[in-house]
Amino acid sequence: MASPSPQPIIDLAGVTKNFGTFQALKGIDATINEGEFFSLLGPSGCGKTTLLRMIAGFETPTDGTIMIGGQDMAGVPANRRPTNMVFQSYAIFPHLSVAENVGYGLKTRKLPKAEIAREVEQALQMVDLGGLGSRAAHELSGGQRQRVALARALVMKPKVVLLDEPLSALDKKLRDQMQVELRQLQQKLGITFILVTHDQEEALTMSDRIAVMFDGRIAQLATPEELYRRPADKRIASFIGVMNFLDAKAMGGMNGHLALDIPALGNIEMPSSLVPEGLDLQNIDTVGIRPEMLTILFEGSEQTEQVTTGTVTSTAYYGDMTYYSVRLPGHGEDVTISMRNTAGRSIAPAGSKVPVGWGADSIVLFQ
Amino acid sequence: MKSWLQLFSAKWLAVYAVAYMVFLYAPVILLPMFAFNDATVISFPLSGFTSKWFGVLWETEALHGAVRNSLIVGLSSAVLSTMLGACAARAAARYRFPLKRSMMSFIMLPLVLPEIIVAVALLVLLMQLGMPLSLVTVVLGHVLICTPFAIAILNSAFQGLDLSLEEASYDLGESRWGTFRRIVLPLVMPGVVSSLLITFTISLDEFIIAFFLTGTEVTLPVYIWSQLRFPTKLPSVMALGTILLALSVLLLILAEWFRRRAARKQGIEASATGGFA
Repeated sequence: MASPSPQPIIDLAGVTKNFGTFQALKGIDATINEGEFFSLLGPSGCGKTTLLRMIAGFETPTDGTIMIGGQDMAGVPANRRPTNMVFQSYAIFPHLSVAENVGYGLKTRKLPKAEIAREVEQALQMVDLGGLGSRAAHELSGGQRQRVALARALVMKPKVVLLDEPLSALDKKLRDQMQVELRQLQQKLGITFILVTHDQEEALTMSDRIAVMFDGRIAQLATPEELYRRPADKRIASFIGVMNFLDAKAMGGMNGHLALDIPALGNIEMPSSLVPEGLDLQNIDTVGIRPEMLTILFEGSEQTEQVTTGTVTSTAYYGDMTYYSVRLPGHGEDVTISMRNTAGRSIAPAGSKVPVGWGADSIVLFQ
Repeated sequence: MKSWLQLFSAKWLAVYAVAYMVFLYAPVILLPMFAFNDATVISFPLSGFTSKWFGVLWETEALHGAVRNSLIVGLSSAVLSTMLGACAARAAARYRFPLKRSMMSFIMLPLVLPEIIVAVALLVLLMQLGMPLSLVTVVLGHVLICTPFAIAILNSAFQGLDLSLEEASYDLGESRWGTFRRIVLPLVMPGVVSSLLITFTISLDEFIIAFFLTGTEVTLPVYIWSQLRFPTKLPSVMALGTILLALSVLLLILAEWFRRRAARKQGIEASATGGFA
């Protein structure tokens, strides 16, 4: 967020939703700021889509309040909310042309025809579909349908654009391209986007902030970097990226450092500033370390803070990266280590003993 | 052994198919044949071409009344049963309610109920209610048997309607009524037209219920039946039958054409939406 003092646009307080005896949402509290790209990330069934549909006005909360732009949305129907949605299926009206689809909402506002035509063309140009207004809806490709759905929402100039898994129907290459375009468009327009996705990579690359949801609750609300570097618990850590979990025990803190006994890596001290607040040291039983935070020290590589020795059990070559499975002493499972394939760096064969370097500040504590 | 069996079944399947078609359509072809035959007696050999039997129809006053009655009954039954069918199909597609399945089966029951039973039951009921027999009672009876057909046709139209289209419309600021007018109606229109055409055709052809429930004003099939008693009228009845046959076939083709065109326009495979005709 570039803006120095973020203005809240959506306020969720104690939002709960029951479907019969099933509790889909168990009290959601969150504030989403103006101009923010906010993602709701979680596995299917975590309640993220229900929450989005409640913001849109398609579902009514069982309890709690939803405020948009300082106004309580209780009793305000979907057609009078300052939000517009891009549906997962795109919901392009099949009997209307591209221009009629995009101009659909403007027509309900009873704007003059010429103005609608101008705004529609502007919106189409914004999503790189300029001049395609006369196309029939069924003549569009998947990517084009997605753009029409986006233009149809943006042309309404809503306070908030809601996106329900908008990229899940596209193939990988198109999806990557649309991620970049969506993000650029959002930053250019400065409109708040709320994205629902189960794809952690999508959430990480596009969002200003991410709310990770499990079982109807927000498990962690943080920036992508914070979420990746400092996941609040093991479940979040394994949901976002790859994480090596190692047994550990806290030996006690002194002089601003915390002493840890990690059988697989040895005894270390980590700065107390990296210990999350409210974490009971007695309960620490696991530490996590990302594959890229472990380094196989080839000859001539830079020195790292800590070094241990492991045995390569297998390798997976990905072109730009190589993923090693390495057995560390005192740990029952292999850890994953990712190494960038730079010029002149050979790939350690399976069975070879390698020095593994790491740093205490890359350790994440879990209880 | 296997190839012999295959040969046998392939050959006899073709014979069976041809025999079936002859059985099904030969009587129907006789109708126009004798309608254009220049003789009062319905028998072979044909004795020459004429269109005078159609001329006789034109001059029969009683027939005109029957045609008018049938049109009134057909149009009313088609509109009423299509409206009822649309409500039922919509409810079946959108809402979940207790006993939905058994309720839908009960609505569809008149489709397989013997018509004579329905006709007698309705007659008894109307007598009990003290309602005089008229075209209104015929319309009521026809709505009863047409509605299941309307539901069957409209079900596929409403089932194929993606709920998110309606949500998208609300989301873009449109009201419920506006959404119905701008999204739902245009998308189910082919089904509605198809239902109107088919229920009209059913009502136009229906005899038993019309026979039981009509008062002094007869519909076309009842009129035809009454004319069969007079051998001299037979060729003109054949002519009338030919017109009705052509009209029915035309209406059914039109109904199917509407449905397919709409499916094509939406980029859906026509067979996927489930045709009726």
